Amino acid sequence: MAACSMSRPLEALLAVGALLALAGPALAGDKPLYGYGTRPTQAQIDAWNIDVRGQDGLGLPAGKGSVDQGSEVFAEKCAACHGTFGEGVDRWPKLAGGEGTLKADRPEPTVGSYWPFAATLYDYIGRAMPFPNPRSLAPDEVYALTAYILNLNNLVPGDFVADKDSLPKVGMPNHDNFTWEDPRPDTRAEPCMSNCRDPKAVTITSTAEGKTLTPRTTGPLDDMQPK
Amino acid sequence: MTNRADGRTPRGGASTRSLAHSPGRRSFLRLAAVGAGGAALPTLAGAGEAGPPAEYPWSQSLGAGVVDKPYGQPAAQEAGVIRRNVPWLTAGTESSISFSPIQDLKGILTPNGLFFERYHAGRADVDAEQHRLMVHGLVERPLLLSMSDIVRYPSVSRIHFIECPANGGMEWRAAQLNSLQFTHGMISCAEWTGVPLATLLAEVGVKPEGKWVMFEGADGAHMNRSLPLSKCLDDCLIAYGQNGEALRPEQGYPLRLVVPGWEGNVSVKWLRRIKIGDQPWYTREETSKYTDLMPDGKSRGFTWSIDAKSVITFPCPEKPLGKPGLYEVRGLAWTGNGKVKRVDVSFDGGVNWQAATLHEPVLSKALTRFSLPWQWDGKPALLESRVIDETGYVQPTIADLRKIRGVNSVYHNNSIQTWQVKPDGSVFDVQTA
Ligand code: HEC
Repeated sequence: MAACSMSRPLEALLAVGALLALAGPALAGDKPLYGYGTRPTQAQIDAWNIDVRGQDGLGLPAGKGSVDQGSEVFAEKCAACHGTFGEGVDRWPKLAGGEGTLKADRPEPTVGSYWPFAATLYDYIGRAMPFPNPRSLAPDEVYALTAYILNLNNLVPGDFVADKDSLPKVGMPNHDNFTWEDPRPDTRAEPCMSNCRDPKAVTITSTAEGKTLTPRTTGPLDDMQPK
Repeated sequence: MTNRADGRTPRGGASTRSLAHSPGRRSFLRLAAVGAGGAALPTLAGAGEAGPPAEYPWSQSLGAGVVDKPYGQPAAQEAGVIRRNVPWLTAGTESSISFSPIQDLKGILTPNGLFFERYHAGRADVDAEQHRLMVHGLVERPLLLSMSDIVRYPSVSRIHFIECPANGGMEWRAAQLNSLQFTHGMISCAEWTGVPLATLLAEVGVKPEGKWVMFEGADGAHMNRSLPLSKCLDDCLIAYGQNGEALRPEQGYPLRLVVPGWEGNVSVKWLRRIKIGDQPWYTREETSKYTDLMPDGKSRGFTWSIDAKSVITFPCPEKPLGKPGLYEVRGLAWTGNGKVKRVDVSFDGGVNWQAATLHEPVLSKALTRFSLPWQWDGKPALLESRVIDETGYVQPTIADLRKIRGVNSVYHNNSIQTWQVKPDGSVFDVQTA
């Protein structure tokens, strides 16, 4: 029967897979096990290979752009949401400002006050902006916009020209304030079962009752804004 | 009666030992036992008087035939059970989030139409025929795969939750949103079917220098995140199936990454590219966003895993109590570190706790259901649940988290939720000291 005859090669295949997995560094075996798909051409790889690495700018393309050029492109393609000077229109994100606010009650993380790596800006603008039509910018435009936004944040002088050599060298003020090792679990509690707290000490410190922030959860969707 | 929360059979002592194999049966017995101690059962409402009619219109007519709805829909009365958003939270809906109506869900699997959504550039409606996955970088053999290539690889199916680490993020400072859907609805759970990522990585042959892997989506955001190779080889999936059907467009049709137990953002949707490198990329989504700002101005990056969390789903603000009497308190628990081991429930704001029953299946990195019978006397109560996972980690209070992380870290609020029950049965989101 078809069903039976099909299962045997599959089992054999799985057995081969298990053997390879046991055989140590199967990751870099000489031959593919299945051989499905095709090998992409270098041209295909180049066209897809858009990523730029934050810490050293690996992947930055040829091209360049100045702060002045950036200010023009920005006014045309970005300012409607982000504001002429990156101050943010309505609820669209701010791209500048917020220095010295990270310990404040209401921090303002922006490219200047928060981002650890300058080259990440090229990567992000190049892949995701402008928001309504991403991947529409030429490399020179992305360089120019990157230079302009860094200048808005006082991170580069007005005559700065961004390219694959200059961009990774731009120092970011908040760089050293990141740790890249997860310190969790950072709380410890004993799963106490009885008389764990003084009942009198259990007081309500805040309640959502009476706040006007919650959209309705029955009927049609709510378009409420907080009162 | 022994309250075993670890799902295993008690080893003696308990008189109901032989019944303890079936969690459903056991919790029914417990419910009955608590009920017997309470008031006498009310008689059937209106029995003998104007009882329900013996026949309704739907019992005296022909119903719609097969394929009346070739793709089935919930009953009309369930129309309010939908994903909802908080309109004031984001500038638009294209980079935004919707919340699953977990107050109305009955099990551990989220129906595909109710799975929470998170987009960074709107939902990409991808043509599966044209879609390709490229795997390249520090590999021996770069690979370009169509969907018909991908479905040929040996496949697996696994049940895992996906939670946005910003779930509960609006509650860091204070209780704000009076709703289970909005305080906890950035989580869903599905059975994912696809190819172990390890299979693909073996197929391309990762070079010895390859230590990090970047994933990129085909949406307008071209969402990209870096993951350590060790996690990729451990339990990640390249998934094309969701609860038995193809992925929904909202969940990355035709192909997504599933990174079990880690923050949802890394499970890149509409997956189009995998690149192997020797260092992380520090993308915008792992620097500007998805990093946790501490009170001393320092930030934590690469905080991927989802710590253990639980919440009572009944009662909750959307599902208040009625008259005093016997209720089954129900909830969900989960942990990115493996399996849920125990869930305790408190009715007095954490002074005293009782172990709840865990319901099978208790799966690794999946939602787990718990319940506990409760004889409510009509007095005010503060309901809480607290999960302990198989690593021994105990779900913290919001006060404990704030002591270390302050109120500005946005992500990874896995604190104990307190529901205030008032004598009229209404339920409110509160925080306690
Ligand atoms: C229609 C509105 C709109 C336009 C036009 C627009 N953006 Fe954006 N921008 C956004 C939104 C929304 C986000 C946040 C997206 C998200 O978080 O997923 C964003 C985020 C950014 C960020 C990241 C901010 C941060 O701190 O993480 C940068 C940088 C940026 N945009 C640059 C640009 C540039 C440069 C242009 C012009 C080429 C541009 N944007 C055009 C809406 C817009």
